[in-house]
Amino acid sequence: MTTPNPNPSPTLLKPAKPVGIIGYGAYVPRYRLPAREVARVWTGGKGGLPIKEKAVPGLDEDVITMSIEAARNAMKRAQIDPTELRAVWVGSESHPYAVKPTSTVVAEAIGAVPNTQAADWEFACKAGTEAMVAAMGLVGSGMGHYAMAIGMDTAQGKPGDALEYTAGAGGGAYILGPAEESLAVINASYSYVTDTPDFWRREYQKYPEHGMRFTGEPAYFKHVSEAATHLMEASGTTAKDYKWAVFHQPNTKFPQRVAGQLGFSKEQIEPGLLVPVIGNTYAGAAMIGLTATLDIAQPGDRILVVSFGSGAGSDAFDIVVTDKVTERAGLATKTQEYIARRAEIDYATYVRYRGKLAMK
Amino acid sequence: MEIPRHWRLKKQRYGLVGEVCPHCDAKIFPPRDVCPNCGDEAKELYTFSGKGEVYSYTTIYEAPAGYDTNAPYTVAIVKLEEGPMVTAQLTDVDNDRVEIGMPVEMVTRKMRNDGDERGLIVYGYKFRPR
Ligand SMILES: [Zn+2]
Repeated sequence: MTTPNPNPSPTLLKPAKPVGIIGYGAYVPRYRLPAREVARVWTGGKGGLPIKEKAVPGLDEDVITMSIEAARNAMKRAQIDPTELRAVWVGSESHPYAVKPTSTVVAEAIGAVPNTQAADWEFACKAGTEAMVAAMGLVGSGMGHYAMAIGMDTAQGKPGDALEYTAGAGGGAYILGPAEESLAVINASYSYVTDTPDFWRREYQKYPEHGMRFTGEPAYFKHVSEAATHLMEASGTTAKDYKWAVFHQPNTKFPQRVAGQLGFSKEQIEPGLLVPVIGNTYAGAAMIGLTATLDIAQPGDRILVVSFGSGAGSDAFDIVVTDKVTERAGLATKTQEYIARRAEIDYATYVRYRGKLAMK
Repeated sequence: MEIPRHWRLKKQRYGLVGEVCPHCDAKIFPPRDVCPNCGDEAKELYTFSGKGEVYSYTTIYEAPAGYDTNAPYTVAIVKLEEGPMVTAQLTDVDNDRVEIGMPVEMVTRKMRNDGDERGLIVYGYKFRPR
């Protein structure tokens, strides 16, 4: 005997009980490397620049410390006791250890241990949003009341490679809980994945490889478009129904172009388009784009979020902001405040901060 | 290798968790289970706000082993809002911009590797301008 699927569209990922975002928090490190500095060193200043500048972590920062700060910001907005969290999940492709979880250190630092799930997630740039989908499931099934999902990265590009201009650092943390307590309800999500070899890093390799032009059409554009289109069709919405949209942003052009193809305007993606000023934050990119959008959102605003991870896949979310956003957005440092707190560095300082100098 | 010590101190180091005296309400950091104010037993955990100001400072150019990759950096005595003084590194600050009375807030950062890059990463509190 089979039970009927309650979802209006059986391919949507929609929890049995409605869930939403209780709190959210961003983090961007202080240092900025202008793209023109990379061009100065590698191309004699010639050629177009994919962004203005990227965020660079300090010598004492990594995905663990950055996740802790974003998580603390999310806790400030959620106004819950950390011992009420039943999951602390961190998605990243730059976990500091090959073996030893990021999530247990974060959970310990925010006071969520020991009665909690903790896990590290990986899926290139969509590791954060897949943790979010899982958190929807944990909360929406009633297994736990609150769950935290973080997307954070300190991405590295090979010196002189096209990725070195954009590989940035930052991300966001989300606490999911029952819809009635939330500052934004997540109506549904949808995931679209295939085996696509656009970008990878083998074990023990410091820098990733990419399939050059393969990264565009068959990877980013195909997966982001399919995920967005399917979610909107199944939800009975079009681009016009959304006040804002956030797309994964490896550079400035890709999200602008995919937004246009899907019928979204420049204004709709403007608050969440942070790549020109912080770079591609990989697993953090869609997550921090949403934090900046929630910072300025008004009750009733509908938001489409679509991540992309190489390998490849996209997670799409249909979100509606509630009136609780008004009182909670101001309880922690806003994303644009982190972006404004900038100290410019030159290429030599960048090389030191990112450990690119062989000391022995 | 000091793994047991790092493990034992993690709560106070990651989150500035000290104690509060149940008798005179003094806030205690680092935790020592005896109130320095009234001398009674004090074991109740208390998480500090992390806010304070620079009481005194010095910039380190010749750093001890394990910290040398971060030099030069500034170490400060920070007076916490709740009263106690704590010695800690400052971060996210230009060393020549530090001054007495500067408002700071706690952040959790990488302190050093235990041994070399194969060892445990030690995390702990530092302070940055707020
Ligand atoms: Zn006392």
